[in-house]
Amino acid sequence: MQPAWSPDLSRLPEFEKAALRVRGLSLWYGETQALHDVELDVPERKITALIGPSGCGKSTLLRCINRMQDLIDGVRISGEILFHDKNVFAPDVDVFALRRRIGMVFQKSNPFPKTIYENVAYGSRIHGLRKRAQLDEIVEKSLVRAGLFDEVKDRLQESALGLSGGQQQRLCIARAIAVEPEVILLDEPCSALDPIATQKVEELMQELKERYTIVVVTHNMQQAARASDYTAFMYLGRVVEFGETGEIFVKPRVRATEDYIRGRFG
Amino acid sequence: MLWLASGALATSLLLMTGLVALVAWNGLGYFWQAPVVELELADGSHVLGEVVDRGERELRIRFGNRDLGGADFRWIPTADVRAETQPLDALVLEREEYGRFFGYPVAIRWGETVTADGSDAVFAALPSQLAAKRAERAAQLDPLQAEIRAQNRALEREARERRDTSKVRARYEISAAELAERESRYLEDVLVMRTADGRQQTIPLAHVVRAVRANALGVGGKLALYGSRIGEFLFAEPRESNTEGGIFPAIFGTVLLVLLTSVAVSPLGVLTALYLREYAREGWLVRSVRIAVNSLAGVPSIVFGVFGLGFFVYGVGGTIDALFFADRLPTPTFGTGGLLWASLTLALLTLPVVVVATEEGLAAVPRVVREGSLALGATKIETLWRVVLPAALPGALTGLILAMARAAGEVAPLMIVGMVKLAPSLPLDGDFPFFHLERKFMHLGFHIYDVGFQSPNVEAVRPLVFATALLLILVVLCTNLTAILIRNHLRRKYAGSGV
Repeated sequence: MQPAWSPDLSRLPEFEKAALRVRGLSLWYGETQALHDVELDVPERKITALIGPSGCGKSTLLRCINRMQDLIDGVRISGEILFHDKNVFAPDVDVFALRRRIGMVFQKSNPFPKTIYENVAYGSRIHGLRKRAQLDEIVEKSLVRAGLFDEVKDRLQESALGLSGGQQQRLCIARAIAVEPEVILLDEPCSALDPIATQKVEELMQELKERYTIVVVTHNMQQAARASDYTAFMYLGRVVEFGETGEIFVKPRVRATEDYIRGRFG
Repeated sequence: MLWLASGALATSLLLMTGLVALVAWNGLGYFWQAPVVELELADGSHVLGEVVDRGERELRIRFGNRDLGGADFRWIPTADVRAETQPLDALVLEREEYGRFFGYPVAIRWGETVTADGSDAVFAALPSQLAAKRAERAAQLDPLQAEIRAQNRALEREARERRDTSKVRARYEISAAELAERESRYLEDVLVMRTADGRQQTIPLAHVVRAVRANALGVGGKLALYGSRIGEFLFAEPRESNTEGGIFPAIFGTVLLVLLTSVAVSPLGVLTALYLREYAREGWLVRSVRIAVNSLAGVPSIVFGVFGLGFFVYGVGGTIDALFFADRLPTPTFGTGGLLWASLTLALLTLPVVVVATEEGLAAVPRVVREGSLALGATKIETLWRVVLPAALPGALTGLILAMARAAGEVAPLMIVGMVKLAPSLPLDGDFPFFHLERKFMHLGFHIYDVGFQSPNVEAVRPLVFATALLLILVVLCTNLTAILIRNHLRRKYAGSGV
């Protein structure tokens, strides 16, 4: 067994078809370094879970991928994230086009104060789609894929804020997939949901991985074990261990990973 | 603590309803026709009028007839009253000039011909003859006056373009002479009245606005009269330097002013709040701008008036005149107070309220909602325009409601940027280009001050002041209700957003 703090990168899995390749990514909030030289390959059309104790940098890493971290003042980034062999931090990257291809769902469900229909159609509208028939089709297709259509088909023109928490979160997923992204980033999508709603979202993730690459940040060990194909354990801003979920949970190679998943700290 | 709080609430509610009730009681009573009494006094003289106040030892009577005596009112010791009757023949005339007339009808004369003799004949003939007079006015005087106005405008235009004006002037003078002749003929037909003390007075039929046989009216008749007087108050032009007639121009001016102010202040206030909250980096500059905006709310409103006069009227208006209306100088067009400048001045005055309320509304939109939009590939402007602003709109509207209430009640700054006692024409009429924002206007608030404190006959108009105040409250209430309905509609649309 390896010592607790040194990451074991010698056996990081390499994928022929990686949707994202994180290379030497470091990030500072002012003077504080939040990510240390992170290396990670995210396999295409699989579910990759990022686990680790609070403040280990999982959400920060996730938000770097679609460059939401740019919004925060005083953030400095080095290293690169390759998406289709192009660094997302390159100066000529169109951030808005990038975010369209890499969707995101947040910890707290955040439907817009609009109708259910307008929520799902929002992304298509801002990308210039005007035709009503096409919008109708996109809205229906996205809601069907998010498993929400049957529940809301009679009240598409009602406020999205009238939905339950779990429905709101699935609406946010429908909103994200309505613009046909390639990657979906889920930032603790179930942390505010009850077990039944959580189960629905997890089932949805399994269906979605047929079409999309999914990266999910979670605090819930069972969820990572149940729902993901690959798991990366992060600690103090580093990826300590990364591998197939079964392997990580059954026989972790690093002490810190084992301590964490056995619940000895967290 | 609970008792203290509820006590405070009850007191404020009581004060408010008390104020409105007082204003309503005093104002609405003005239009009710009281019985007309004839008093026989100890010295043998007779007085006819409405008893306004009945005290222990004195009573106050309104006997009108300003053209014969001086004041409208008189205090009479109760001890002097020998007899009091309510004569059926008494007739109250509301007139174009000299206020009300109380008396008994004697005859109607058209020129030299007596068409009705004796009070019964007069009562029978009066309604149709007044109607005939009104028809005459509509058929003969009004078209000619309109023609003269058109000729006058043509004359001004010709003079401006330095063309020969003699032809137009000649036509104008013919029309003016014709009008003068028709007007004098128009006044020749009179109603002969007798006062309670036996004097005779002839009153041109054309000057009679309304003839009321007060003591012969039943409840239904009195109610109809009440309605007709309120209708006149609301929709007619003022007479007798605002102490009689209606206040329509003032209502119109106030409503238009409030609307224009909101049109000017909303975009300015919302954009300012957007910049302060969404774009500006928090620092000493933004903080001092915010303090400055909030301090604006404490600046005396007359100072805004002075600023409006200096900046808008003389600065901007003077420049516009020099550039576009040079041919009319030295008569100013925009370089003098007017509706436009007044509403812009009020927009500045009410800006802080809108800015603060909009900022609160923007701050209440959660960050995750903005991030949700950005994560879909929306730009910052798209996010603001499509998500943040709609959610903040109810807050902004709250600010606008407060601003409108303040604008409607403001008088001091308006007095120097275009409000007048009596405006010759409305700022909106049939003459091209229909909106005349450079025109002077009337305002309910100033009307209250003017009628209540500047008129020669304060006693007579006091109820009118109350009625005007009531109307101002109603106008504020109506504009606010409209805005509140819009806001509630928006809130329902975004139900549960918590903002």
